[in-house]
Amino acid sequence: MQTKFSVRVLEITNLSFAYDKEYVLENINLSVDNQDFLVLIGPNGGGKSTLVKLILGLNPIQKGSIKIFDKPSGRKNLSLIGYVPQNTNINTNFPIKAIEVVMMGHTSHQRALFGYKKEEVAHAMYLLKQVGMEEFAQKKIGSLSGGQRQRVMIARALCANPKVLLLDEPTSSIDADGQKQIYELLRELNKKITVIVVSHDLSVVLEYATKVAHINKKLAFHDLSSIKKELDIQGNHICEVELLQMLGKCKC
Amino acid sequence: MLEALSYEFIQNAIIAGILVSLISGIIGSLIVVNRMVFLAGGIAHAAYGGIGIAIFSGFSIFLGTTLFAVAAALIMAFVTLKQRENIDTFIGLIWAVGMAIGIILVDLTPGYNVDLMSYLFGSILAVNREDLYFMGSLFVLILFVMTFWYRDILAVSYDSEYASLSGINVKFFYTLILILSALTVVIAIKVVGLILVIALLTIPIYIAQNLSSSLYSMMLISGITASLFTIMGLWLSYSFDLTSGACIILVAALWLMIFMIVQKIK
Repeated sequence: MQTKFSVRVLEITNLSFAYDKEYVLENINLSVDNQDFLVLIGPNGGGKSTLVKLILGLNPIQKGSIKIFDKPSGRKNLSLIGYVPQNTNINTNFPIKAIEVVMMGHTSHQRALFGYKKEEVAHAMYLLKQVGMEEFAQKKIGSLSGGQRQRVMIARALCANPKVLLLDEPTSSIDADGQKQIYELLRELNKKITVIVVSHDLSVVLEYATKVAHINKKLAFHDLSSIKKELDIQGNHICEVELLQMLGKCKC
Repeated sequence: MLEALSYEFIQNAIIAGILVSLISGIIGSLIVVNRMVFLAGGIAHAAYGGIGIAIFSGFSIFLGTTLFAVAAALIMAFVTLKQRENIDTFIGLIWAVGMAIGIILVDLTPGYNVDLMSYLFGSILAVNREDLYFMGSLFVLILFVMTFWYRDILAVSYDSEYASLSGINVKFFYTLILILSALTVVIAIKVVGLILVIALLTIPIYIAQNLSSSLYSMMLISGITASLFTIMGLWLSYSFDLTSGACIILVAALWLMIFMIVQKIK
């Protein structure tokens, strides 16, 4: 169900982060509301993955603050933020079934003392169905295609019923068809939860995002509803380079 | 052939062989899926330092090896968790230094001419009751750990970053896997010897990995295939009076070749 009033899901204020002495992120401000489909875009090494790790609590916060639902973050919290990691092609020879990967997402209080509870299996099957993968539940994860594997990872991220789904480059190794399917799925999920995607792909920004943030050490934020109108006036032909330049410009 | 089974040392050898095979099936699977084969090799060779210390100071060799191997495992765990960049160098260092300590200490022990070969190539026919008790206890301990922490160990092995996000103590389980590997290496040394430990910890596992779709079945299949290889190797060793450890490994390698050819044809 979609709520009419927007709720602040994520609030980042004056966040800076440095590896050793070099700043990767400088004075980042960003707020995300519950119905948003936010795309984080920017060059490699621009700090996207660092920001993701900060939001998840994998990196310690050095300066500034991150609030998730008005509570300070900085600790690992999968029950609020479902996470789909960047590289899901590692360990493809690992003997593990799709459904076991999904059940990895259950938080400890959902778990049985040993083995898997009936409710857990049922919940995992429900999620696999939601991402269109229920018939692959018993398949070895390595035998699935990149797109299928990614959908299993999304099901895993949904396990703890998070309010936000955070995906790091979810389609980097997937063919065009698979990419479209993933984004259609995310759009569907976005009816209920907030979606934050790190991506290189500008066509995604234009087609699915409601907000976009360009990160290259600093962050430039755009609400896409206004930009999309401007683009419509100019006609269908969009130059990606110009668009990228526009997104990179800081409004502040 | 059957009369051989009435000898106690043959019975002990068979029981030891099966126990060690089941244990290496479980722990070997963990070592392979966690890409720790080189680490396990390092522990196995460093364990020789423990043999040296035990001989030099005159206490039980089994105890010496066990303590030294566990210490090596803890150092490896500490180093690999802290220092991600030069892992290979450090493992190589511990590998070589451990062995060197062992050799020097054996040199320094007056009047003691230890049978090095039995540690390098195993002495399964010399397994006694006490060894069997140790192996049995280790097997029970490993079953216990795997029953209660299967999901955590699975999560840590498959995707440690995600496991840590879901609140699992990744460092604890990583260290636990290494300690269990060290204990496994100590008893596997008894059966197939230092040099051949790694083969027992990898060949059956390779076959199993290709036949399983879950970690649990991989452990089971590895354990069973390793047991079969061990029994066949023992039979060969008894019939032709050959070194048992080398026989076991060659039988395993032969079956691995057959397995690979069959897979290619399919």
